Amino acid sequence: MEITQKGLQQINGSLVVVEGVEDPQYEEMVEIEVDGGEKKIGRIVRIDGERVVVQVFEGTRGISMTNVKIRKTGKPMEIPLSPEILGRVFDGLGRPKDGLGEIYPTCRKDVNGGPINPVSRVYPKNYINTGISSIDALTTLIRGQKLPIFSVSGLKHNELAVQIVRQASIADNDDFAIVFAAMGVKNDVAEYFRKSFEESNVLNRVVMYLNLSNDPIIERIITPRCALTAAEYLAYELGMQILVVMTDMTSYAEALREFSSSKGEIPGRKGYPGYLYSDFASLYERAGIIKTSKGSVTQIPILTMPNDDITNPIPDLTGYITEGQIVLDRSLDGRGVYPPIGILSSLSRLMKDGIGAGYTREDHSSLANQLFAAYAKVQDAKSLAGVIGEDELSATDKLYIKFGREFDSRFINQGFYENRSIEETLDLGWELLSLLPRKELDRVDEEILNKYYKG
Amino acid sequence: MTDNKNIIYGINGPVVTIKGRTDLSMMETVLVGEKKLVGEVIKLDEKMTTIQVYEETTGLRPGEKIESTGAMMSLTLGPGILTNIFDGIQRPLLSIERESGAFISKGSNVEPLDTKKEWDVIIDVKVGDELKPGQVYAHCDETSAIVHKMIVPPGSGGKVVEAKEDGKYTLNDVIVTLRQSNGENRDLTLCQRWPIRVPRPVSKRMGVVRPLITGQRVIDTVFPIAKGGAAAIPGGFGTGKTMTQHQLAKWCDADIIIYVGCGERGNEMTQALTEFSELVDPRTGKPLTDRTVLIANTSNMPVAAREASIYTGITIAEYYRDMGYHTALMADSTSRWAEALREISGRLEEMPADEGFPAYLPSRLSEFYERAGYVETLGNNEGSVTLIGAVSPQGSDFSEPVTQNTKRFTRCFWALDKSLAYARHYPAINWNDSYSEYTQELKSWYEENVSPDFPKCRERIRSILLEENELLEIVNLVGSDMLPDDQKLTLEVARLVRTGFLQQNAFHKEDTFVSLEKQLKMMQVILHLYDKCTPIIAKQIPISKILQTGLFDKAVKMKYDIANNELEKFDEYIADIDEKLGALTAV
Repeated sequence: MEITQKGLQQINGSLVVVEGVEDPQYEEMVEIEVDGGEKKIGRIVRIDGERVVVQVFEGTRGISMTNVKIRKTGKPMEIPLSPEILGRVFDGLGRPKDGLGEIYPTCRKDVNGGPINPVSRVYPKNYINTGISSIDALTTLIRGQKLPIFSVSGLKHNELAVQIVRQASIADNDDFAIVFAAMGVKNDVAEYFRKSFEESNVLNRVVMYLNLSNDPIIERIITPRCALTAAEYLAYELGMQILVVMTDMTSYAEALREFSSSKGEIPGRKGYPGYLYSDFASLYERAGIIKTSKGSVTQIPILTMPNDDITNPIPDLTGYITEGQIVLDRSLDGRGVYPPIGILSSLSRLMKDGIGAGYTREDHSSLANQLFAAYAKVQDAKSLAGVIGEDELSATDKLYIKFGREFDSRFINQGFYENRSIEETLDLGWELLSLLPRKELDRVDEEILNKYYKG
Repeated sequence: MTDNKNIIYGINGPVVTIKGRTDLSMMETVLVGEKKLVGEVIKLDEKMTTIQVYEETTGLRPGEKIESTGAMMSLTLGPGILTNIFDGIQRPLLSIERESGAFISKGSNVEPLDTKKEWDVIIDVKVGDELKPGQVYAHCDETSAIVHKMIVPPGSGGKVVEAKEDGKYTLNDVIVTLRQSNGENRDLTLCQRWPIRVPRPVSKRMGVVRPLITGQRVIDTVFPIAKGGAAAIPGGFGTGKTMTQHQLAKWCDADIIIYVGCGERGNEMTQALTEFSELVDPRTGKPLTDRTVLIANTSNMPVAAREASIYTGITIAEYYRDMGYHTALMADSTSRWAEALREISGRLEEMPADEGFPAYLPSRLSEFYERAGYVETLGNNEGSVTLIGAVSPQGSDFSEPVTQNTKRFTRCFWALDKSLAYARHYPAINWNDSYSEYTQELKSWYEENVSPDFPKCRERIRSILLEENELLEIVNLVGSDMLPDDQKLTLEVARLVRTGFLQQNAFHKEDTFVSLEKQLKMMQVILHLYDKCTPIIAKQIPISKILQTGLFDKAVKMKYDIANNELEKFDEYIADIDEKLGALTAV
């Protein structure tokens, strides 16, 4: 469609208003030519008859009311896809930015995807061995799951994500690939991920979509959609096991807030748009496994909690959609524990069906329950010790304090290159539980206690 | 007036407008655009008609036609609903899958119920019979567990002028014809249509007298819910709302279960689908799916259909209620429904009230929860609709508008607690914050049907927990070693109540469902132990001696060690307590 329209009625933030557009489609992409040179991409976000509101992804800098030409494309936002995308680097809108030229697409896909029919899903059950004790034992990652990392600025969430990707990919065979989406992260961070992928020799199996912190903010709204579209293509059409790392969801949400407020929408909590939940869901729900393909999409979104506050809408709404969360804890980090995973607030919802005999080991679920319960008691004992002093604690409480220390330093704490097998992890858990008197272990069946308890 | 006057003018998300006056009516269903997307008229004025569309509007353009259907958003009610899984506007997801594959495409135009399937219908009326609304005119076995009764739709009735023989019929076959009082004939098929936003009429509402037995100790014993009651389960993420709802859907003693996944996770619906089909109803011995309907409008499916899914669910519940069944509807989660209201309200640029929610949020919530009830149906049967709504408060803050307003219109409040969930105490229902207003009304039922002892035990268990709560405040200041032994005993008993009684393991085959009799016996053992220990403490025998007997440790595990069908084993526990504690005092 080659209908061109000159001039604008209004410019407001990233939005421009055009009048007299013939036959516009909702969410159609448009090309905006500025001063006969630079081309920007925009999307129709509201239609009132012939008056159309266009969201300009690269920002409206340089645009005036008169110096633009607008051309409709007649299509929603699509990206080109082919098996060649592996190993390539794209910008936030899915255009190559590694200087290796355009790719020759075997198909083009709408970045918005479509909702997966719940009856076509396969319930995820196969666990991914990450080699990290606190994740494997207590918040087990399942293939097809969406398990975010809730972090705060300054903690080692990137290292953790890299370690998960590296160790999970070792366990996997040839059909794995990684899709990496960066939204508003610093160049160093993107470079860190690239280097780490290179070091672990997986760079040719990584697809990167980068919107860095100095790239246009509105573009960020599209970046994760490009990445997930690529992931779905690789998983469901080429049958690969895909791990999607998306960082930083906080920047994404902020971009959405900026866009919403410039559109003049009524804000919900903390100024975020009322549809933030639905919008997040349209990303996170794109994880999963479908009946018609052997591939899977597993998501590890990373977000930083503003002001260390887990009740902020970003972590809060994410937690309501994702199947659990891995929460990083500043105080553990302060004590030099890596990875600083606060296990009590972390959770994997899919773990219950993916562990136990036939998956990991028969004792896994009892052990995990007991470790959680015991660690919760450690916190009670600690807060009591804070009031009356550690010496005044009862003998049992003192054992709990000891258990807590050992647990932090031996179970949670592990090296960046340390890859523990599930047996090692579970045995270590029992070794630590054996520090406690047997009668304290009220979550475990006698049979399993007899077999594994060594106290 | 012609339809082609109704063309799209504006598009903003799920909201589509038509410019100028139209002949559409409020709440009418319309088909929008070339793909015939389903929509509903939600606002009319001289200048503009506003429509909410139940599907994605991407690709829609101004100038496309809007067709009127002349009817309000309605469901097709008839055999074939059970065991099915629908989206928010009663489109069977399996048919959509056949039509468009694993990803849901737009404008799927599929029949709500299978029109080709033949049912073995037995006709219950003969020519000359006078039929009232609500009366049964035919029935068939819908599933192995449930008989589907075809009832005269509200608002019709009259003399039977034609009735078919018993036999095989499909959904739209006319099996009975009535001559109505106005002289017109009305054909009755196996199904009827009913608008989702209009409550189905009943003969009269009755008081609640019977509990909905769930097999969950903390609910049945401590915070019971009545058949025909309404309950709210508020809780932050990860506190086990969905787990609790699933447990209720699996084990509660309603005849029909309607499970609405409203704006929740796709995998959870898949899980419900697979799990329910593998499980057997302990009462009928038939698969659980035979009594279950699933309505799945997951969080990434269109937001307007999410708003409708709750009404779709309750209308189906009322339909089965009118046949004389006890139905229970689990809505997970009503917060997502409220957010859908907020999102659409925002697009309409309405003036927001609390936290951006529209000012009519409380009235919508109360209308919804009022559709619960224990009733005498038009056909003079007893039936009920029990509503259990999960609430997902933002930031786990129970003072937010949805939780607060839900609290006003439900009489049972099961507050889920993050710290209990962190300690993996499930179900994480906090016994200090939760309440049930049905306790008094159900007291006599428990006395007559379980044991006169039941309400008494319940009261004692509650007071132990309250006492513990007060003692813990002291413990948190000075440590438990400073307490006198009688108070330490109370703490030990309370611990037993918490870990041995309230905590329940959904994955343990004996513990996932517990009969009321076993619940009573468990309470009796705990209280017996308490009563026997008290005089021993009074004799200055230290509590450590009592704990050394291992009686408490044994009692904690009685939930696993005694199966639902071997209740006589509890007598051994009582005897064991008497013997071991007797030995202590004898020394």
